[in-house]
Amino acid sequence: MNISANGYLSGSNLERVLRAGHFAATGELGPPQSADGSTIREKAQLLKGACDAANITDNQTAIVRMSSVSAGAIALQEGLEPVIQVTCRDRNRLAIQSDILGAYAQGIRNILALSGDHQTFGNHPMAKNVHDIDSIQLVQMIAEMRDKKIFQCGDPFKGQEPCMFVGAAAAPFAHPIDFRPYRLGKKVNAGANFIQTQLIYDIEAFKKYMEKVRALGLHEKTYILAGVGPLKSPAMARYMRESVPGMLIPDEIMNRMTAAGAPWSGKGELTKEDKKARSGAWRETGIKICVELIQQLREIEGVSGVHIMAIEWEEAVRPIAEGAGLLPRPVVEPAAA
Amino acid sequence: MIVAETKPLDEIKALLSDAEKVLVVGCGTCVTVCFAGGSREVAIMGSLLRMAGRMDGHERQVEEVTVQRQCEWEYLDAIAEQVGAVDVVLSLGCGIGVQALAEHFPNAWVVPGLNTKFMGLPLEQGVWAERCAGCGDCLLGLTGGVCPIARCSKQLLNGPCGGSIDGHCEINPEVSCAWQLIYDRLTEKGKLEVLMEIQPPRDWRTARHGGPRTIVREDLRLPEDHQAGQSMKQEA
Ligand code: SF4
Ligand code: SF4
Repeated sequence: MNISANGYLSGSNLERVLRAGHFAATGELGPPQSADGSTIREKAQLLKGACDAANITDNQTAIVRMSSVSAGAIALQEGLEPVIQVTCRDRNRLAIQSDILGAYAQGIRNILALSGDHQTFGNHPMAKNVHDIDSIQLVQMIAEMRDKKIFQCGDPFKGQEPCMFVGAAAAPFAHPIDFRPYRLGKKVNAGANFIQTQLIYDIEAFKKYMEKVRALGLHEKTYILAGVGPLKSPAMARYMRESVPGMLIPDEIMNRMTAAGAPWSGKGELTKEDKKARSGAWRETGIKICVELIQQLREIEGVSGVHIMAIEWEEAVRPIAEGAGLLPRPVVEPAAA
Repeated sequence: MIVAETKPLDEIKALLSDAEKVLVVGCGTCVTVCFAGGSREVAIMGSLLRMAGRMDGHERQVEEVTVQRQCEWEYLDAIAEQVGAVDVVLSLGCGIGVQALAEHFPNAWVVPGLNTKFMGLPLEQGVWAERCAGCGDCLLGLTGGVCPIARCSKQLLNGPCGGSIDGHCEINPEVSCAWQLIYDRLTEKGKLEVLMEIQPPRDWRTARHGGPRTIVREDLRLPEDHQAGQSMKQEA
């Protein structure tokens, strides 16, 4: 897809901001494990105005939650533009296409295509998974629904086709690491208009990755949003470093998180107030680190924005965006294309 | 080969319920090689059931026999009399063996003594691993001889996913990442360019998703009068 051509692919706010050359910011909203729409409305208010669009996760970590299309429709009512996440784990090509039709009809214009975490991680490890198509085939399917006006089987649309801004994920440090830029290339060739990366804490390693991405010319064919997220505590940082595939956290950041809690170490049994104060200090440092990471990522050629992931801590997105000088978010009128 | 495992004894006892006479039928092929249902395991199962019967105060007459191949009707004729003399046939064959017995002896009640697991191979003494899911459209020629359908936890055709780490799959450090293996194989062979191409969605009709599968080879079929004779023989 030639993204420099006139006219928008989807006309979503995210697409308009990126096309206008602004440094974009996306957030993330996790739907509840319940049928309660009010939590989405509350979270949407926290994110609205702090980012250009927010990802609505799809049964994240294989735990059943409200569907991303439904939660996305609620976010839209609140004035927050959603990026619907769609995994290949729970639905086959029929179900995914029908969801996309419904999502478009509800006003949803962005999709992020994912393979999905394996169901053994979640609360239904006994479930059967689907994986009828994979994430790259999913990107291609959504792009062709828009560009060729066809269903995956090749049948033409009888009416309005869904015009989605299609995104894909990238895990720059997963293995085999040498293949990662090429896999990104496959996603771009499949039709990914934007990319959101796994959380980046190791700027030097990410710079090396981006060098290869630029050598392949991928940054000119897609918009790359680097993933960032505030650390909540040294324990969380340790867990992520040790247990999440492809998560590199440099010692310097680990040490800063630990140092933030130093005033409370060696104090013996901590009172409730102490713990609260320590947690506050950790979180403050986590936000500070996140702001600095955004500033460094912004300097890397080929990075078009950041994807701020603060799941179950949506309050953090605004101060992070503020601190990084990303507010107010630009307004790009649809007519400006 | 087909790899299977013995069911828990309690489950087998429940399947036999109040049967007085039981015939344990082993198979001399795959399940012999994977130590689940050969003559040795049949003998062990026979003793276990007799012992359990004595302990539970429900003595059973347990006969034992092992056929060369339980999944072909022609090998089953030899045990017709033994099958006819019992209340329950406990098959230590794979799921195909169980069904072959049930189809061949419609009057018998056949129950499985094994859980049939997969098509695979022994990696070392006592360790078996899955290798093929019988997808009906083999793509090993693209992947350097490593099957992503049977061995990638997400059956990806354009892997690896972001969960691949240190050579293993995100689901478990004990499980190798099939796509890391594919990548290594193709790198070794200088064929990495194969991985740069997007593999299109599969037509899963060749696999189980198009319904149960049958193969008809006209070149091998017998003339019609012979076929009729054969099927009559099978139903006899
Ligand atoms: S590609 Fe299909 S036929 Fe070939 S090994 Fe894998 S599952 Fe078996
Ligand atoms: S880690 Fe490897 S084997 Fe596991 S799902 Fe991902 S690509 Fe497949």
